[in-house]
Amino acid sequence: MTKVENNKAWWLVMPVFLIVAFSAIIPLMTVVNYSVQDIFDPYTRYFVGTEWFKQVMTDSRLHDALIRQFIYSFTILAIEIPLGIAVALMMPTKGRGASLALILVAIPLLIPWNVVGTIWQIFGRADIGLFGAMMAELGINYNYASEPMHAWLTVVLMDVWHWTPLVALLCYSGLRAIPEVYYQAARIDKASRWAVFRYIQLPKLTNVLIIGVLLRFMDSFMIYTEPFVLTGGGPGTSTTFLSQSLVQQAIGQFDLGPAAAFSLVYFLIILLVCWVFYTTIMNMQKDK
Amino acid sequence: MSNETTIAGRANQNETIAEATYTQTAPQQPVFSQAERKAKYATWRGRIGLTVYLILLLMPIYWLINMSFKTNTEILSGLSFFPQDFTLENYAKIFGDATWYMGYVNSMIYVSMNMVISLIVALPAAYAFSRYKFVGDKHMFFWLLSNRMAPPAVFLLPFFQLYSSVGLFDTHIAVALAHCLFNVPLAVWILEGFMSGVPREIDETAYIDGYSFPKFFVKIFIPLIRSGIGVTAFFCFMFSWVELLLARTLTSVDAKPIGAIMTRTVSASGMDWGLLAAAGVLTIIPGILVVYFVRNHVAKGFALGRV
Repeated sequence: MTKVENNKAWWLVMPVFLIVAFSAIIPLMTVVNYSVQDIFDPYTRYFVGTEWFKQVMTDSRLHDALIRQFIYSFTILAIEIPLGIAVALMMPTKGRGASLALILVAIPLLIPWNVVGTIWQIFGRADIGLFGAMMAELGINYNYASEPMHAWLTVVLMDVWHWTPLVALLCYSGLRAIPEVYYQAARIDKASRWAVFRYIQLPKLTNVLIIGVLLRFMDSFMIYTEPFVLTGGGPGTSTTFLSQSLVQQAIGQFDLGPAAAFSLVYFLIILLVCWVFYTTIMNMQKDK
Repeated sequence: MSNETTIAGRANQNETIAEATYTQTAPQQPVFSQAERKAKYATWRGRIGLTVYLILLLMPIYWLINMSFKTNTEILSGLSFFPQDFTLENYAKIFGDATWYMGYVNSMIYVSMNMVISLIVALPAAYAFSRYKFVGDKHMFFWLLSNRMAPPAVFLLPFFQLYSSVGLFDTHIAVALAHCLFNVPLAVWILEGFMSGVPREIDETAYIDGYSFPKFFVKIFIPLIRSGIGVTAFFCFMFSWVELLLARTLTSVDAKPIGAIMTRTVSASGMDWGLLAAAGVLTIIPGILVVYFVRNHVAKGFALGRV
């Protein structure tokens, strides 16, 4: 669509700008302000320059949290994307079944995040939860509260359970956009099921998959509530991800300076990924 | 693109050939019988796979519902798929105690406020983005998206101080405004996607007919993108409803969300599992009720209006 050049359109955007600026720019400036000062109390503060940034960059706890975060994000992507595609391919396309399947698949997305944590907290316990009990039945001494590996498994499983539906829904709507003639052509050519997927469905899914991968990557990058409720970051620090170590530092220990510097570094990482995301989407639209 | 057209083209071509051969030869099996059988087999396999997936998906939720109808003694005494000693006591406790059910009311209040604010400011902005070019439009659009992606943990402490200093701490509007951080950008993105689907000619015709901008916007344009507005409202509702970190930090008593109240089930005498489960079940219901209305557009919303 051709757009008309008109700077008066700014008046329409102004309310959004003001309201988001109030919620975003003022807090962000506060963070910048903290990140270069050492604050003892509201009246005593010193300018310390980049000291907090140096401290953050060399803090081994944060490095560990960052590494854990990346491993976590890539693990869930590696599981959720293929699984989501598979579910989307299996979903019925017409009739009551389609609506029902859509609603059922969407349910986990509508549950408050702390309740997702609670659900898995209960479900994974060997004494009162079905999953925990099943693992115990299999002879595994399953305990996500004391075994780091089990805690990881439960957190990953929870995320897969919670967010695979998002990938599935995106792919489902991508699949709906493929015209029926393509499938007819494939049938006439006696294309195998795999060939249909590889040469017709997958190329058509590229766009939604890009959105899915980036949304999942970024949302998993700021995950907080679910692991907080489930494991509280433990045992030890084995499931402490970036957001959680930040909250611990800022609220728990009230280390304002380092926490602020950490926030900025964290925010910059997100911003970088976000920029890649934005450019990809915009190019995608240009191609259309 | 060229690749696709050739496939489609070939489809038509082959169809005519297939038809020709079909009419020439005497009665015989339909040409695609084997392929059809294969397809049918694949559909059945799909149905079974989907059923298995849905069972796995719903099992944790079922377990929560199951547990909410049990007494604590039964929960701790062993596993069972159905409550042996069916009780509504846990729900009665929630509906009978103002400190409990006010949590739901508080959540509902700030979620609705947020929904209204987000829609009111996002509608004109989305229109501007979909129709006009202006200085800094691309940067502005990107900046909005970056706020959707910003980790709430980064803003936690500044928010707390900001809202305390303007005297909004522990009010519903504080949470509603804080949630605007990610909901307004989301609303602008989704609405822009829907609005770009409405042809420009409609605007121009309306202006020629003498409509002023506000009148055109309210009387003609908004009815045209009804479904888009519905989906956007749903997403604002949803993301505000599921968020807890900011809501919990910005409230203490008067506007405390249900998610924060749920932690009360932990006490010195141990967890009150039944009550926790009942409170959890009640938080799932609103989402399921509203998703029914937008089921066919949910995916488009998740894709930020870009499918």
